[in-house]
Amino acid sequence: MLPIIFIIPIVQLLILSYAVTFEIKSIKLSITDNDNTVASRRLTGHFRSSPFYNIVGESSDQRDGAEMLHKGSAHQMIVLLPGFEKALVKGQPAHVQVVTDAINGSAAALMNAYTLQIIYDYNREILAEVSPLAGLPVKLTWSYWFNPQLDYKTYMVPGILVLLVTIIGMFLSGMNVVREKELGTIEQINVTPIRKHQFIAGKLIPFWIIALFELAIGLLVARLVFSIPILGNIFLIFLVASVYLLVVMGIGLFISTLTNTQQQSMFISWFVLVIFILMSGLFTPAESMPQWAQNLNMINPIAYFISIIRMIMLKGSGIQDIMIPLLILAGYGSAVLSLSVWRYRKTI
Amino acid sequence: MGNNEYVIEAENLVKKFGSFVANDNLTFKVEKGEIFGFLGANGAGKTTAIRILCGLLLPTSGKITVAGQNVYTQTEAIKKQIGYMSQRFSLYEDLTINENFRFYGGIYGMSRIKIKEKTAEMLDRLGIESLKNSIVASLPLGIRQKLSFSVAIMHSPQIVFLDEPTGGVDPITRRQFWELIYEAAAKGITVFVTTHYMDEAEYCNRVSIMVDGRIEALDTPRNLKDKFQAKNMDEVFLKLARKAG
Repeated sequence: MLPIIFIIPIVQLLILSYAVTFEIKSIKLSITDNDNTVASRRLTGHFRSSPFYNIVGESSDQRDGAEMLHKGSAHQMIVLLPGFEKALVKGQPAHVQVVTDAINGSAAALMNAYTLQIIYDYNREILAEVSPLAGLPVKLTWSYWFNPQLDYKTYMVPGILVLLVTIIGMFLSGMNVVREKELGTIEQINVTPIRKHQFIAGKLIPFWIIALFELAIGLLVARLVFSIPILGNIFLIFLVASVYLLVVMGIGLFISTLTNTQQQSMFISWFVLVIFILMSGLFTPAESMPQWAQNLNMINPIAYFISIIRMIMLKGSGIQDIMIPLLILAGYGSAVLSLSVWRYRKTI
Repeated sequence: MGNNEYVIEAENLVKKFGSFVANDNLTFKVEKGEIFGFLGANGAGKTTAIRILCGLLLPTSGKITVAGQNVYTQTEAIKKQIGYMSQRFSLYEDLTINENFRFYGGIYGMSRIKIKEKTAEMLDRLGIESLKNSIVASLPLGIRQKLSFSVAIMHSPQIVFLDEPTGGVDPITRRQFWELIYEAAAKGITVFVTTHYMDEAEYCNRVSIMVDGRIEALDTPRNLKDKFQAKNMDEVFLKLARKAG
């Protein structure tokens, strides 16, 4: 069991960090250029030379492009109608049609943004040629703080680390008590003078240590394999993790005091975990969720820890910056643990 | 039996689960150092009664004391004075013999030295010192049952409760098991044992026979055989069960 506990999370970290990405590296584009002039070819040339686009079809009939979108062999199509160049020369608006497969909404938004950026650049070139002195009235420059390359892994890996220790904490501790109920050993424990809090502590401490070990290995992998910066104090991460683990393990233990079989316990733990993970802001920013969902996140320990660990690792936040969420976690932890001690019954 | 020092006293013990009456007005007393047999068919209510006496289950009504403590309010005090071996095998199968002794000894607050002494003594008695570092799951059932019993009495309790300790065990091992019970009783540990092997009933000082949640008979095996004009306990039991059925 012990090798499994250590190997699986590392594999998970490696796979998830490489695979779970919203970056789009290759947009399959279908082009229909019915103008076929210097101006139109110049625009399509921009797409051809971009590393993000892969031209998968070119046809004079835009129905071919639509067909490819239907089949899923193209992500996006652009259509230029006859008269594109003529309109530009006359100084009238010229039209470009862009159609995007939006089954995956966030991917579609990204593809659209890339495409608009290319058309915008093209626009600027033409303006500069027509009146070289005009230029654009406002010049925008920007910089991205805390993750300058907008590297997806920098954002994801700390969150995935949180998931790893969460799964370890919640499942191992929770399953263990129910397993004793199934085996019948708990009856032998219940006829001994052991105190309830001693029993819960016994179920807590070993897995708490294992999970912290797991976090240490995970941080090492994050640093060595993914070169994720750890700007803040590493001991602060462990301090937060040790408090956080009390919360998730407390939830796991509480579930196991309510259930009688590993199956029941597994089912409820998964239910709780999936909701917490999806709402945590790991995959989607919590700020863009509806207000009621954000309110619900007040009881989501994963949301607290993910935002804290990102602050410490990427921003270098110190203890005073994370004091409030840390205190909330501490209060939460003592509440759920007391609840499981109270709920654990030595009499049937 | 002379000195009349009782370690278990039950007066009108009643346990109901909804409308089902599992224990119907049980009244009995168990003397110190006695081997008390608690007999009955499957489902007669033996396990329910034993669980109440061990503080695992609260009775519905009745006045019950175990080791001088009240089963309603002093369950944790009772637990310090008793040992319990349940129907289901209850040592940790993925630990070694030694680790199981250390674990249970620790729970009862025994010192390390005391645990070592007791473990050595028990394993010596069973003649399995060479197995002390074996994983319990790898041992045959007979040895595991004897180990369970040894663990249940390692902290020298006043009373040990055995719930069908010899279920599924071969006759030779059963005989050896009863020798262990006699030795424990000789050291002053009161033994409260449930069984449905009627030959084992003959080994007890006194037996009570439960039928459908009630105690139908309670006496020494000899007196019971005289009273029911039976050759052995098997016949006594059949006569009682038939009367009820």
